[in-house]
Amino acid sequence: MYERWALTALLVWPLVAGLGVMVLPAPRARAAALVASLVEFAISAPLWWTFVPDGGMQFLADYAWIPAWGIRYTVGVDGISLFMVLLTTFLMPLSVLGSWNIPRRQPAFFGLLLILTTGMIGVFVSLDLFLFYVMWEVMLIPMYFIIGVWGGDNRLYAAIKFFIYTMFGSLLMLVAILALYTAAGRATGTYSFAYTHLLSQATQPGPTAWWLFGAFFLAFAIKVPLFPFHTWLPDAHVEAPTAGSVILAGILLKMGTYGFLRFALPLFPGVALHETVQFAIVALSLVGIIYGGLVAMVQPDFKKLIAYSSVSHLGFVMLGIWALTLQSVQGALLVMINHGISTGALFFLVGMIYERRHSRMIDAYGGIARVVPLFAAILTVVSLSSIGLPGTNGFVGEFLVLLGAFRHYPVATAIATTGVIIAAAYLLWALQRIIFNPLTDPENERLTDLTPRELLVLVPLLACIVWIGVYPKPFLRRMEPAARALIEQVRPAPLP
Amino acid sequence: MTGTAADFVWLAPLLALAGFVLNGALALWRPAAKTAVSVIGVGVLVGAFVVAVLTFRAFAGLETDVPLLFRYWSWMPVGELQLDVALQVDQLSTVMLLVVTGVGSLIHLFSVGYMREDPGYARYFAYLNLFVFFMLVLVLGANFAVLFVGWEGVGLCSYLLIGFWFTETVNADAGRKAFVVNRIGDFGFLLAMLMIFWATGSLDFGAVFGQAPAAFDAGGAAITGITLLLFLGCTGKSAQIPLYTWLPDAMQGPTPVSALIHAATMVTAGVYLVARCGVLFALAPLSSAVVAGTGALTALFAATIALKQWDIKRVLAYSTISQLGYMFLAVGTGGAAMAAGIFHLATHAFFKALLFLGSGSVIFAMHRAYHATHSPEDAQDMRNMGGLRRFMPWTAMLMWIATLAIAGVPFFSGFFSKDEILAAAFARGTVHPQWLVFWAIGLVAALLTAFYMTRLMLYTFHGPNRTGERERQHLAEAPWMMTGPLLVLGVLSAVGGLLNLPALWGGNAWLHHWLEPVTESAVVDAVPPLSHGTEWVLVGIAVAVAVLGVVGAWRLLKPAGLVPAREAPAERGFQRVLRNKWYVDEIYDALIVRPIVWLSREVLWKRVDQRLVDGAGVNGAARAARAWGALGTRLQNGQVGVYVALFVVGVLLVLWRAIG
Repeated sequence: MYERWALTALLVWPLVAGLGVMVLPAPRARAAALVASLVEFAISAPLWWTFVPDGGMQFLADYAWIPAWGIRYTVGVDGISLFMVLLTTFLMPLSVLGSWNIPRRQPAFFGLLLILTTGMIGVFVSLDLFLFYVMWEVMLIPMYFIIGVWGGDNRLYAAIKFFIYTMFGSLLMLVAILALYTAAGRATGTYSFAYTHLLSQATQPGPTAWWLFGAFFLAFAIKVPLFPFHTWLPDAHVEAPTAGSVILAGILLKMGTYGFLRFALPLFPGVALHETVQFAIVALSLVGIIYGGLVAMVQPDFKKLIAYSSVSHLGFVMLGIWALTLQSVQGALLVMINHGISTGALFFLVGMIYERRHSRMIDAYGGIARVVPLFAAILTVVSLSSIGLPGTNGFVGEFLVLLGAFRHYPVATAIATTGVIIAAAYLLWALQRIIFNPLTDPENERLTDLTPRELLVLVPLLACIVWIGVYPKPFLRRMEPAARALIEQVRPAPLP
Repeated sequence: MTGTAADFVWLAPLLALAGFVLNGALALWRPAAKTAVSVIGVGVLVGAFVVAVLTFRAFAGLETDVPLLFRYWSWMPVGELQLDVALQVDQLSTVMLLVVTGVGSLIHLFSVGYMREDPGYARYFAYLNLFVFFMLVLVLGANFAVLFVGWEGVGLCSYLLIGFWFTETVNADAGRKAFVVNRIGDFGFLLAMLMIFWATGSLDFGAVFGQAPAAFDAGGAAITGITLLLFLGCTGKSAQIPLYTWLPDAMQGPTPVSALIHAATMVTAGVYLVARCGVLFALAPLSSAVVAGTGALTALFAATIALKQWDIKRVLAYSTISQLGYMFLAVGTGGAAMAAGIFHLATHAFFKALLFLGSGSVIFAMHRAYHATHSPEDAQDMRNMGGLRRFMPWTAMLMWIATLAIAGVPFFSGFFSKDEILAAAFARGTVHPQWLVFWAIGLVAALLTAFYMTRLMLYTFHGPNRTGERERQHLAEAPWMMTGPLLVLGVLSAVGGLLNLPALWGGNAWLHHWLEPVTESAVVDAVPPLSHGTEWVLVGIAVAVAVLGVVGAWRLLKPAGLVPAREAPAERGFQRVLRNKWYVDEIYDALIVRPIVWLSREVLWKRVDQRLVDGAGVNGAARAARAWGALGTRLQNGQVGVYVALFVVGVLLVLWRAIG
């Protein structure tokens, strides 16, 4: 039974709960939102145990939606989307708890967070391209408001930039989806947006395939973000409230790389593996890794530093995806998960210190390890995971990406490996200027250490950092068949 | 499973890890519980040492040439890659296990006295225990990836302990520098792992070394690249040219840390790695020569800098770099010299730990004296010392033992190990002449070693005292908690040569034979053994050099002419170049660090990112869209005449299309 309704429940529940939370009085809204997000997590948890790693889609639900146009409500997960769904439901309760004292209009804020959940999960489970497009757009709206209403001083600029930039990419994607739909319809006589249907028609490369791939590429590349489509990210990250930054980094960016894995690669294998495209994407990944890291190094604003570090981490993901070996793809999936955990934790930590001191500037701090030792210890652990110290989650992901990618792109991988040096340079430098060095500002003397509520937010993330670092097998085992299926689907394609 | 005590080898790292967890919790929530911290911190180490001894005895009892493998759980199983969390017990790892836990126990004990008054006592022991955990993972790991966990883990602890007194920028800087420079080396290590995997299909030591001769062309590009990249990792971790610059700065950490991490154990990890991968290096003669040559050069280069340092710990730091150079000269020479390298690793752990802990006692006493009078003088500057043997006779005597050992005076431990390295280099030189150059460089470095160590002793313990009238009354020997471990290390430094007493001296070369299962596969090419006559001549030269260094320093240097640091004039000419460490830090800073930061900030961020991509690109597109819109608004201006005119133009266009 669970198999049939699980995903639908995951989509409907947060939407209903979100609308409900919005009309609650302020003091009760956050508690209700926490319960609602925990229920959501509870609904998703059995996915982990009942998922059978066989490479196919599971927990399928399929109903007609707009039969006249061949639009259906089809949802399902495989070993790729499973983890994105779980990551989403895992981060949501933490985001609610981490936004406990958000100023202004709490019911609306928590309601939007829950509605956003529907959109995000929808993106990861949709197996109908029209449904996928709807979800892709749905998710933009709550995020727009979260940044625009609860954000920092420059929130409107950031929100509009985020919205228009993403919209620009996704509209082109809509055109491409419609083109695929009509082409497949003409060829087979069946007009349908079903993923499997379009996939079966997607093997002939030609000039159209290039244009369509380009449209998908742009939509996803903006979301990842790949250099040079990344500049919305620092603005959005910095201006968004803590939960917004966590979700942006933790989940929204993964929609881009997920899109490449689920759509751009399998639908256009000929184009994606064309020499020029391969070269361009690997090159852009490398630029992301190195350029992102170097620019992160010189940021005076800690949130901006983390934003640029995301560009660097996602570069590893793209390299892993395009190398298309078992190790690199699974590594890329792990980096996607790890980035959600570690960067999420970093944003939570910045948010916590910001609530006390109202500054994101690295220079505003210094020497606070003496005043807030627990905060300092956790920030250190999270930073180390972010720079990929062996024994933490960060290492496992990056190592697998590099190992797998080396097989096809040895030179590019060697260049990418310098990213581990740059990562150490920018994060440890920032760490030093925040928690070490002399404590000069008397305002920092009065900082208080983490509260139990804040610990409750961070401890699950810390547990994952160690778990994935030491024993990633449960993750790898579940994703391997899906990764294998993807590679087999894409690799044998004849090169145009 | 062997049914012996060796099966429980996992207890050694686990004990250290438990110590970290407990002490870490105390550091956060009960930092004042110093007794509990001491009992846990030292207890787990002594426990680990007991485990090490039992493991060693059990393994020796098995009399096997095959390593014992213990697989615990599957770590990264992905397709062809099957990585396990696994430990390995063999001849090499048991020696390392004993050195790490044995010397480690003594240094932990010393720390109880040395760090007693520090408010960060619990945090200190937490880090120190964590370090031992990672070090044991490093020496016990059964594949490259597990070794790498320890490799980067010890780097982390080094980072945390160098910057232990983090409220001073210079300390935090030094810690970060250590980590980042090490990461440059780790970049090499990582790449080497990738290449090894795709060449041999495994990262397990057994499989890799077993397949290496078939998988690689001897002397080919692949194996040469792999071994050079591995060696890049070693130059970071073991502070060799060109990545040695972090180690002198690492002296900012507490002195027992310098003894444990930056002298006896962690910095020898690179030597261990080359010895462990002896099979690979044997296949790459070029790389072996690079290892040996870099080692010899580093030994000399660091020794020249040590000549002109005034900070007692900095002298020892450069001395450590120099001695590590000898070890690389040995393992780069390959074959039996591998054992000589490990031999020197062990004796160096004894005498250098003793020297560092002794200098710790000195600094402890100096610091207490200056503290009593609230004097701001430098407690580590030798120009402020002098004549300390009258106040701390035990420390003086024990440090003299270590000095004679490191100088290579017969029959102290360092004499045997260093002599063996130089003899092996000379022997290889009879086949490959470049090794004769390495031998000669090593000999000159030995002369300098004897000289700068005697200088250190002379300025610290002899001549008149320069500490100051009032301070002098407060100078005293450190408590027994600290002197006790020194005594044990003193005995080891004196008689440690027995570990591997060569046949020339009527010994049975125990360590040499013990390590044979590991080193025999690392034979590069047959080197004819030296005749006894040649060996005696070499010994004679080495002894002459050592004695010349000690006596020369004793005769040339005049401690009576020194003045306290405050009044000392600046050095001039070449002395200043040495004093400023050949300006290498400044050169790196000007050529690498600053250009990268400038490029990142001024070019990449401000120009490319802000102005070009975001300014011209994204916001430019937005401006263009707005301008286009403004054009549209301009058209809709409410003047009917304009509308009519446009309408007419439109109709004409349509007609023209329809007709044409």
